Amino acid sequence: MKAANFAYHAPTTRQELFALLAELDDARMIAGGQSLVPMMNFRLAAPENLVDLNTVGGLDGIEVAGDRLVIGAMTRQRAAERSATVARVCPLLVETLGRVGVQQIRNRGTVGGSIAHFDPTAELPVAAVALDAEVVLESLRGARRMPVADFGSDYLTTEIEPDEVLTAVEVPLWPEGHGAAFDEVTRRGDSYAIVSVAALVLLDAAGRVARLSVAIGGLTHAPARLAVDAMVGAAPEGEALAALAETARALPADGDGLMAAEDKQHLAATLTERVVRRAGERARRSTGG
Amino acid sequence: MTLAERPAGVGISVPRLEDDALVRGKGRFLDDITLPGLLHAAFLRSPEAHGHIRSIDVAEAEALPGVHRVLRYEDLRPLLTMDRIPVAMPSGALKFDVDPFVLARDEVCHVGEPIALILAESRHVAEDAAELIMVDIDPLPAVVDPRDGLAPDAPQARLDCPDNLVARTSAAYGDIDAAFADAPVRFAERFHLHKGGGNSIEPRGVVARWDPMEERLTVWNSTQMPHRAKRLLVTTLGLTERQVRVVPPDVGGGFGPKFVFHPEELAIAAAAKLTGLPVKWAEDRYESFIATVQERDQFWSMEVAADADGRLRGLRGTLVHDHGAYTPYGVALPYNSATNLLGPYVLPAYALDISLCLTNKVPTTPTRGAGRPQGTFIMERILDLIAERLGLARDEVRRRNLIAAERLPFRTGLKTRDGGEMTYDSGDYAECQRRALAAADWNGFPERRAAARREGRFLGIGLANYVEGTGRGPFESASVTIGPSGEVVVTTGACGQGQGTVTMLAQLTGAALGIAPAKVRVIAGDTDASPLGLGAFASRQAVTAGSAVHLAAGKVRDKILAVASDWLEVAAEDLELIDGRVSLRGAPEVGRSIADIAAALSGSPGFSLPKGAEPGLSAAADFQPDAITYCNGTHVAEAEVDPFTGVVRLTRYVVVHDCGRLINPRMVDGQIIGGVVHGIGSALYEWMRYDATGQPLTCTYSDYLLATADVVPRVEVHHMESPTPLNPLGVKGAGESGTIAAPAVVASAVEDALRPLGVAIRDLPMTPDRLVRLARQARAAA
Repeated sequence: MKAANFAYHAPTTRQELFALLAELDDARMIAGGQSLVPMMNFRLAAPENLVDLNTVGGLDGIEVAGDRLVIGAMTRQRAAERSATVARVCPLLVETLGRVGVQQIRNRGTVGGSIAHFDPTAELPVAAVALDAEVVLESLRGARRMPVADFGSDYLTTEIEPDEVLTAVEVPLWPEGHGAAFDEVTRRGDSYAIVSVAALVLLDAAGRVARLSVAIGGLTHAPARLAVDAMVGAAPEGEALAALAETARALPADGDGLMAAEDKQHLAATLTERVVRRAGERARRSTGG
Repeated sequence: MTLAERPAGVGISVPRLEDDALVRGKGRFLDDITLPGLLHAAFLRSPEAHGHIRSIDVAEAEALPGVHRVLRYEDLRPLLTMDRIPVAMPSGALKFDVDPFVLARDEVCHVGEPIALILAESRHVAEDAAELIMVDIDPLPAVVDPRDGLAPDAPQARLDCPDNLVARTSAAYGDIDAAFADAPVRFAERFHLHKGGGNSIEPRGVVARWDPMEERLTVWNSTQMPHRAKRLLVTTLGLTERQVRVVPPDVGGGFGPKFVFHPEELAIAAAAKLTGLPVKWAEDRYESFIATVQERDQFWSMEVAADADGRLRGLRGTLVHDHGAYTPYGVALPYNSATNLLGPYVLPAYALDISLCLTNKVPTTPTRGAGRPQGTFIMERILDLIAERLGLARDEVRRRNLIAAERLPFRTGLKTRDGGEMTYDSGDYAECQRRALAAADWNGFPERRAAARREGRFLGIGLANYVEGTGRGPFESASVTIGPSGEVVVTTGACGQGQGTVTMLAQLTGAALGIAPAKVRVIAGDTDASPLGLGAFASRQAVTAGSAVHLAAGKVRDKILAVASDWLEVAAEDLELIDGRVSLRGAPEVGRSIADIAAALSGSPGFSLPKGAEPGLSAAADFQPDAITYCNGTHVAEAEVDPFTGVVRLTRYVVVHDCGRLINPRMVDGQIIGGVVHGIGSALYEWMRYDATGQPLTCTYSDYLLATADVVPRVEVHHMESPTPLNPLGVKGAGESGTIAAPAVVASAVEDALRPLGVAIRDLPMTPDRLVRLARQARAAA
């Protein structure tokens, strides 16, 4: 469990970083190292070049820009979790980050790193998909944006190009008064999620769903977005909610050695019902309903 | 004066003497040891569960800068007196012993089996070199599931063995046919049990140095059994006892696997002797999963016969045990399961047929609890099933079956694995259960359950009783010596693994000699300090080493009193030992220091010793237990189970435990709680899984889940003290006890919580995956 040899690069500016990635073969970026370092120690990853994002200035930070929350990729998960700004404009992220690994992991792990790694059981991509978040991918060639929902191409594989850096996550803000919730089923307390669900809901004055977004993680390589149109105009409870849960049960799922696909779908249905109900209750509370 | 410095007797929670150094980072664990010229070792391990080695080409690896040497079996064999390491212990039930080679010779029989040893300037370079070794292995069919391995057309797990069925044995007594004839209650059940590894926070490790001047080998070994390691090194390397010293440094947990002498321990010692350079191997966590012995799967098929009032008449059935690729521990593990099944109950007849199947996996040997949790699980599940069938309360069915206190000592009818009568020596099982139910407010549970149901939560409660045979012999030895400096030195073959052995022995010495435990120096497990010793296994060290130290310290006390009585011209009965002095009771100024007596007994040239005294203020003693002493306990747990997600949350956990007289209650609490945590892991999380070809799937703590602080409830421990007559201290073992009932009690609580769904718990561990599937199947059946 000792890493294979690699060359270590510590760029200090974005330009230096982009130039290195354009020039180097077989390079991996290291952010918080919470997934990559164990993989390297197991020699499951043995990149020739390791490019340190920690030495590059200006890749972290949390700000609201217009109707978006912009989180720099190198923002530590724990910093985002404890940010007053995030708590005010995007409580879903606070609740979700609280379920990422354990506190020691969140102290080092970064928001960008978790999404770039795109583990199928990771919590942050699920919330990001529910939020319609976009990743900002930058290189010498310029910058582009891509919805997190389109980012994963296969298990642990994303659409990022070898010379690109995920520099920020941009989250469109939901109106004040929305409700949000996140929950997951794990095999033990804070261990990896089997299935996780994130939901945001906006209610109209009558307590009916005006807008709803639900994403479900753990079924396949990437979070699935749930079709929710049937819920619009209905209260987030009762038969309508039960029907939504059945929609979740119908999503495609990959079984594995521990759990059959139909049991994962059952968890998706169970969690969808609970999480959407909780998000609805929070929306009602926050609108004084 | 801190509490640790206060002279203290037995039964006081002296703070652990080990902790000051350990919590300050001043302990010395194996990997802290460094020596000039030290070589670092890594092993190339088999990637195949079963295969024939055609060739091993090490040329490219040896050419890598920083690599000193790459060793194969044929390189080490000339140093050895025999082909295989004779680790097998006497075990009549085994049809044949399967001893390992120092490195694989021509057949690899599990993933992780060491094939080559790389010595390099760093572990990094050694691992780089391992990737450059070209090994050509012809894969062979593997036996993964022991039930498949016993089928007539099964592949051979080992080509060098005649049969996969390495042992077939039984545990039986009574007239089993009569028990079943006309039994009013009869049913059958199958169980698939799993128990995991030792998972000590410090994996194994060895540093070895050969001194060519003295022709002497020193081996620092993170082991439970230094004397056994020494004996095997003497035998295999053709050395004398004088030429080998094994020293355990601070050991970061054993929990069973460090009992077993693994091939790496010989390979590192042989490499040091061959190269003349010191060599270190510190096992990493991945190696620990694939190369360190573990517990694993048992398949039980049981038939139950009971009376209409719930009293057991007889149990019969079969146990198929996954034994792994070698036999380092005989049949002890499944035999413990079989015998411990009896628990504190009257079982008139019993017949269990036990088959041990060789498989292409790491050998199975005891980890904390040593097979007993499985036997207890079977008995306690069966009692719950009887209760359910007869509409009896689960506590009542147990009450009806418990052995009454007045029947102790109670001969069970079984033999222990060393051939003795399995006899429960002391205890009050019914009282233990009564106290546990009271402490857990068992009678108040229906109200708590109803309140939870009103909130949509499913709460269940369970209970389980158990016994544990502790303090196995044959002996442990100790010496107590006081020199003119006044320092008290205790030596023993016992060996601390972090459980507080040093504190326990210092406390007993201090109690006998009126000296603060902190002033007693305990040398535990160094083979140079103690020529004889066994070590840490079978919850035995307080019983065996504790008694030996107690006896030796008593002899030293007698010597002190004899000399002081002569010097002070008072009767020995009128003297007392306080704070390093012996003095007239009630007149401390009339006395002498123990150091003075030690100086006098050390002699002055040409002068006589005090009248009648023998040289040296020192004594040695051995303690040979006549029989195993049985501790016991009752666990009660409450669990909240989410029937939709399969998530179990333990909300309450009560233990009443009886290990006889307590030496250090807080350390016993620590042992019990640690054992319970280990047992909760077995119940809910730990699962060493393999694919159909024998590849291990769970080799990180992300995949192999231990019980962690966030999921373990507060464990409430209460003690009963029923002293055993079998040793002078009246103590019984406590180190493994906490694990034994945990899977049974958690299963009882989980099943109780899911009773509205009709989910039956038969298998371990109870993961969300399993519980979700069981709930689905129960819904489909309903």
